[in-house]
Amino acid sequence: MLDVLATEQEITVPMEASMTELVDVRTPNPKNFFPGEDHEWELVIGLEVHAQVTSNAKLFSGASTAFGSEQNSNVSLVDAAMPGMLPVINEVCVRQAVKTGLGMNAVINKRSVFDRKNYFYPDLPQGYQISQLYHPIVGEGTITVQVGPDKAGKFETVEIGVERLHLEQDAGKSMHDQHPTMSFVDLNRSGVALMEIVSKPDIRSIDEAKAYVTKLRSILRYLGTCDGNMDQGSMRADVNVSVRKPGDDFGTRCEIKNVNSIRFMGQAIEYEAKRQIDILEDGGSIDQETRLFDPVKVETRSMRSKEEAHDYRYFPDPDLLPLEFDDAFIEEIRAELPELPDQKRTRFMEEGLSEYDASILVSDKSYADYFEQVAEGRDSKTTANWVINDLLGALNKASKDLDNSPVSPTQLGGIIDLIKADTISGKIAKDLFEIVWNEGGDPAKIVEDRGMAQVTDTGAIEAAIDEIIAANPDKVAEVREKPKMIGWFVGQVMAATGGKANPKAVNELLQKKIAE
Amino acid sequence: MSVDTATVKRVAKLSRIAITDERAESMREELNTILGFVEQLNDVNVDGVEPMTSVVDMQMRKRMDEVTDGNIADDVTANAPASEDNFFMVPKVVE
Repeated sequence: MLDVLATEQEITVPMEASMTELVDVRTPNPKNFFPGEDHEWELVIGLEVHAQVTSNAKLFSGASTAFGSEQNSNVSLVDAAMPGMLPVINEVCVRQAVKTGLGMNAVINKRSVFDRKNYFYPDLPQGYQISQLYHPIVGEGTITVQVGPDKAGKFETVEIGVERLHLEQDAGKSMHDQHPTMSFVDLNRSGVALMEIVSKPDIRSIDEAKAYVTKLRSILRYLGTCDGNMDQGSMRADVNVSVRKPGDDFGTRCEIKNVNSIRFMGQAIEYEAKRQIDILEDGGSIDQETRLFDPVKVETRSMRSKEEAHDYRYFPDPDLLPLEFDDAFIEEIRAELPELPDQKRTRFMEEGLSEYDASILVSDKSYADYFEQVAEGRDSKTTANWVINDLLGALNKASKDLDNSPVSPTQLGGIIDLIKADTISGKIAKDLFEIVWNEGGDPAKIVEDRGMAQVTDTGAIEAAIDEIIAANPDKVAEVREKPKMIGWFVGQVMAATGGKANPKAVNELLQKKIAE
Repeated sequence: MSVDTATVKRVAKLSRIAITDERAESMREELNTILGFVEQLNDVNVDGVEPMTSVVDMQMRKRMDEVTDGNIADDVTANAPASEDNFFMVPKVVE
């Protein structure tokens, strides 16, 4: 590899050609097909996810990785690529990459090599990105995703292959709207460690792509190797999309760069699939190219300016020795692995949750953490219902994250305790939840202050029942004929007591009084 | 192995180095002389020999994950042809 210019072959052949051959491991499933004019189409999707490694310092320098700092304050002379500066690798970034590999059941390569990927851009002061092309730190692995739920609440389990994971440097950030003729460059992100996780082309639908990224993000969060915050750019995806007649060979793909939310990814794939299908149905052919997704116009468009930039002239970085470690290093990291989503899901199901509930709860680490806090010492099924149906439902409606939930685990636990203790009915609990959501406060105190407790005083309930019976003799006669009519009385009593009567007590007393 | 003028021009373009046709031609000759010199290495039989990555037999040194650098924005931008508020300023580049 000393002979840089002799790598001409790699200059003209796309990167993938120098790597493992693409194999189709999936059986076409009509459920995933995309409609077309004469026949249906099958999508083939592969994802390259860039995940920012959680670390204090950068991959090759001692500057901070903190988000949102003053421009160019987290920059060392190494990150600014001043002449003579040499990179020294951060050991924690290496551990994080190995840990992530283990979390994806992947092959860990005890020897990997850093290469220079050369391209010219103002936010890349070195003129090359240090990456790993030929010998990545992590090889093939698998991510098992649950796609769904479908209308019956069922999930389909799909295995998506991981081709590789490699370590590389992030670039800086350019801003174009600060000045009429100049762009501003901030190098705070320059040199921050990224893991590029490349999937095999095993994904066949938008739902599968979303499930894959969601699952990958959740694995990274469980492992603590990436915070997965797509809105801060800690996770971004390049999406490779092609279409074909079901069962045919792979079609020509287009790569959509830098998609930074799961929703945008879905929109980008849908637009891109339709665009390619339209071209093919009109007898055209797809040009392999890099495209950009515009979330405002909801479309992808060609990035012509980048065409020539694909000539990366990779070669091993002479500033860095190969990265080598032994089995003991790997085993030490393996011993630190936390419970991962798949294991947690199995445990939740063993503890009595349905597949649906367990799958929803483990889908996001914050859901599972919240649930486990509330479920501590409480009934898990009841807790799951409240977390999934009420809390997540309300958050979804309000477009809020669980991290910003107005209802804390302690508060939700308090509400559940009040139901369990028969202090409030399930119906009142929903009102209580809404009050806590809007106003905050201790649920028990709210119930006390606002007199929301169930009327368990049978005398008060009896009085209400007597009054209703006395006022409706015809209904009483009717209900004696048709016992199902009792619901009407229950409703009247509940209304008369402001919904606070214990429904069980009302039922029992009514049965007795009407029979008299 | 040798390079032609077109390759020289392309490599120059990728490196953002302006180069005249005349200079490209003389560069081609210079590069081919260098490549010819390096090509002598092909005479050596290296079957089964691992590529040498360092002259010293040592493992790569690693750093601790500690913030030990930074907060020198003035120094970092000191040599920039143009800067404002510690940002580097470059001719506008928009996708």
